[in-house]
Amino acid sequence: MHLSTIAWITLTVPLVAAALILLVTRTSKPFAATLAILSALITAVGGWTLFFSGAEGVYQGFNWVDFGQLFSIPFALALDPLSRTMLVVVTTIAPIVFIYSLGYMKEEEGYWRYFAGLALFLFSMLGIVLADNLVMMFIFWELVGVSSYILIGHYFRKESAADAAKQAFLVNRIGDFGFMLGILLFWVSTGTFTFGGINESAEVFVKNPTLLGVACVLIFCGTVGKSAQFPLHVWLPNSMEGPTPVSSLLHAATMVAAGVYLLARIFPILSSSPGACEVVAVTGAITALGAGILATQQDDIKGILAYSTISQLGYMVAGAGLAVSAALPMFHLFTHAFFKCLLFLTAGSVILGMHHEQNIWQMGGLKNKMPITFLTYCCGMLALSGCYFFSGHYSKDLIMACSWEHHRVVFWLLVIAAGLTPFYMTRQALVVFFGKPRSEHAKKAHESPSVMTIPLVLLAIPAVFAGYPFVEHFFFHEVGTLAEPHVPHWVELVFGAAFFIGIGAAALIYRNVGDKDPIRIPLLENRFYIDDFYFWIVRVIQGGIARIFSFIDRWFIDGILVRGSATVVWTVGFALRFLQVGNLQAYAFFFGAGVVGVIYLLLTVK
Amino acid sequence: MSLLLILTILLPLAASLLIMVGADPRRTAFGAAVANLGAAIVLFFGYDQIAGGWQFLSEWKILPKLGINMTLGADGLTLTMILLATLVTVSALWVAPKVEKHEGLYYVSLLFISAGVIGAFASIDVLFLYSFHELALIPTFLMIGIWGSGDRQAAAWKATIYLGLGSFILLIGLIALYLSIPAGHRTLDLRELNQMAATGAFHPSAWIYLILLVGFGSLVSLFPFHSWAPPAYACAPAPAAMLHAGVLKKFGLYGLIRIALPIFPEAMHELNGLLLLLVVGNILYIGYVTVSQKRLDWTVGYSSVMHMGYIFMGLAALNIIGVSGAAILMFAHGLSVAAAFALCGEIRSRTGTLDYAELGGLAKATPVLGLLFGFVAMASVGLPGFANFAGEVLVFFGSVAYGPAMIIPVVVGVWGVVISAIYMLRAYRNIFWGPIAQRWEGLVDIGSGAKWSVILLLVPLMIAGFYPQIILKMVGTALPR
Repeated sequence: MHLSTIAWITLTVPLVAAALILLVTRTSKPFAATLAILSALITAVGGWTLFFSGAEGVYQGFNWVDFGQLFSIPFALALDPLSRTMLVVVTTIAPIVFIYSLGYMKEEEGYWRYFAGLALFLFSMLGIVLADNLVMMFIFWELVGVSSYILIGHYFRKESAADAAKQAFLVNRIGDFGFMLGILLFWVSTGTFTFGGINESAEVFVKNPTLLGVACVLIFCGTVGKSAQFPLHVWLPNSMEGPTPVSSLLHAATMVAAGVYLLARIFPILSSSPGACEVVAVTGAITALGAGILATQQDDIKGILAYSTISQLGYMVAGAGLAVSAALPMFHLFTHAFFKCLLFLTAGSVILGMHHEQNIWQMGGLKNKMPITFLTYCCGMLALSGCYFFSGHYSKDLIMACSWEHHRVVFWLLVIAAGLTPFYMTRQALVVFFGKPRSEHAKKAHESPSVMTIPLVLLAIPAVFAGYPFVEHFFFHEVGTLAEPHVPHWVELVFGAAFFIGIGAAALIYRNVGDKDPIRIPLLENRFYIDDFYFWIVRVIQGGIARIFSFIDRWFIDGILVRGSATVVWTVGFALRFLQVGNLQAYAFFFGAGVVGVIYLLLTVK
Repeated sequence: MSLLLILTILLPLAASLLIMVGADPRRTAFGAAVANLGAAIVLFFGYDQIAGGWQFLSEWKILPKLGINMTLGADGLTLTMILLATLVTVSALWVAPKVEKHEGLYYVSLLFISAGVIGAFASIDVLFLYSFHELALIPTFLMIGIWGSGDRQAAAWKATIYLGLGSFILLIGLIALYLSIPAGHRTLDLRELNQMAATGAFHPSAWIYLILLVGFGSLVSLFPFHSWAPPAYACAPAPAAMLHAGVLKKFGLYGLIRIALPIFPEAMHELNGLLLLLVVGNILYIGYVTVSQKRLDWTVGYSSVMHMGYIFMGLAALNIIGVSGAAILMFAHGLSVAAAFALCGEIRSRTGTLDYAELGGLAKATPVLGLLFGFVAMASVGLPGFANFAGEVLVFFGSVAYGPAMIIPVVVGVWGVVISAIYMLRAYRNIFWGPIAQRWEGLVDIGSGAKWSVILLLVPLMIAGFYPQIILKMVGTALPR
């Protein structure tokens, strides 16, 4: 089979599965799940085949819009080292999560909706990975947004889930507002929106670097929305209302990383604009630190992981902004995808074992009752914390080391965040798995079925090894150079110190902790009051504008302007009398008379 | 084939005649509508795109001395609009509930709207273009006034005044246009008008364009001539709202594409600032008015006003990309807004209210209705996969190609996509999501007739969304390169 055929099949199979689930198998649980899982496995085969084949080039599909020479929007798949590596990440993790869902969602209703949503997501995500131009990526960008909306709102009867789904969609749309303007600006400046085209368009902007900066920052707005960067991060913690496998696949491993992938895609042109890179790097670093701080005071087992995801995405975004290599953020994306997906799936296992209790202060002592979950959790937790010999250590330290060379402010923000990561993860580990059970549910907790634990073990392997130099070389040697930057010895010591201080401090505070968190910081519990601030803006400012406009519309435009002028005109004629009769036949007569009048007029005019 | 085109106008009229002499109204009307849809599909795919231009011509000399003839014909744009009209007609008749009073008149009115609007689209002569539209307007008022709900008399009155005034202004503009042609060459034939304008044989004043803009504009609810629309749609019975918002309202835009674009290119360019100002009003101002609505029918009504802004914006781009985007949006919006009003009617007939405060959690009791509404909401929001997205994207690209004058409208337009997500998702969330109130737990899900009538609208919407070239190639035959 030709490689382009494989690529197109890989992309479209999940869409076919989603359509079939919607149209045919809505009533059958096993069929819906089988179709979705089958499609995911096919994409895995396709994804790895394309990776090993070293497929390279742009596979033309068709012109979605075609005005000949003037303008066209092609649908084409771009295969290169970057998309091949990303393809492996997505198609490896997706089937694992799909299969895990079999166990996790067993008792839930809306089975078909869930699996149709997952399949639609997989299709859209693969579209983002393979897109050859910005418009096509935007199309799939919106589609992952809607699949995320469907899946977050899975428990749509819960007020909180319904609100979270809506918020996720809207916040992403705000980011996409900038993204779309960025696409338009690139097109109008360079005449192209293919990645190949814009990445080679630097000379167009030589005379006007500000324009390039603005265009790049506008595109970056898409990343800020999708990858939940400050100030549009608020939707991601709320998205935890969705089922846990969804949080794992969409809101940790792949979809939220699409923003980083976008930056890697436009890396050549982005890195030629120092101003834009500055914005990207600082935004990422602020997000990494801010979300890390907030993670320390979360009580929901998924909430902690959600903030840590935002924080890690901040590292990736900062890494992209350092303008070193596209491989730098992608390497962390790669390792993070595995260990964070794993962490969420272990959290799901805990939640199921705890009968859907998510508050960590109701847990405790689970390590003996859920041994597989505990051991795999430890792999993920140590990888995230940046422990030596675990994957996260390699990719995170690389970003920090590069930031030392390129941007000192970013460096220090990231180092502090690197100290917070082991702190909040150790806190979570100690409270959830160690000590005494804090509730009845915790006492009766049980290990999850093997359909869930086998995926955990499968993910634990890359969570440990994905960062090792030989793995890195295998997946990234073509993506870009990842040379170890030269940093002073004490900087490397700082990395180690951050890790040990974080773990040590958490161990000191939470080793024999009771039923309550000894530290309570209202500012952090309330998420820096950012959510409240936004709520206020939406209600007072946006709602105020809407109400004022509505008032104007009712009383001015309608009441005086149009009705008034209408009255004046109509008074001239005899029509008003007809209309005041309130008789519809009269209106009908009037219109008929009008037509006759026209003909008469035309006949008499010479 | 030209006979088939005439048939699409005659069939609804013949069916009306049959109903008047006593045939079963619903079956007769539905039969005629389905036959018409078939004819429209045959015409759509039978059109020779390579040859282009007007095809399926037929002509009757009426007043040859004055250059007035009844000329029917179609190009790709016409056929796209006729396809839209016949699709929405079938859907509207399918979804129509049991009529209690004057059943015959009800279906005759719907058929007249359909025949009138198809006639308007198929007319090459401007006089008939105008007259057919009037023919479709009258039954619309009747339907609001007789079978409407709520404050129907006031709504019908208001729509009559606004649309009557709009038509009147339009008429003045058309007469002025006719008179501006040098005596001896006077004609109302679109082909000859375009020809004369292209060769510079006549130069109508920019004032005439302005009059036409106001006239056509009020028919399309161009800001600030829009305030008739939401109450009229809220009060109208669902099939009338579907036909008017979906199809008849597109007449004004169709007229601008047919008359203003080719005859007044310079005037449009000079006065573009004014049009763009109104476009910004349509999108930003009406958008926020929509956000503050508290009922679904008013939300959909205002949103249909808002979305007209994108179509006007595409026209204002004055290039093939933008105008094609506008044309595909006309098709897409027609289908999606008709589906939205169909579902509005379905919800109202079950709950008796469309007030957000009273509804909630309906997806539990009526899952299929909820699913369909989700599709319609996403189409309205401009999600890729629906033709609405393709139209909006082309409008944006066309607009930035126009030049720096379009920067503000484009920024506003792209922001408008966020606004439409705000009110549509809020509507979906407030009506279908969340906990269900006890009083709604026993609701019956959507019936198969209404279900298929909405699917009938969604399928072409998604086909055109996945592969917009189908529509773009057709409408392209009507637009100068």
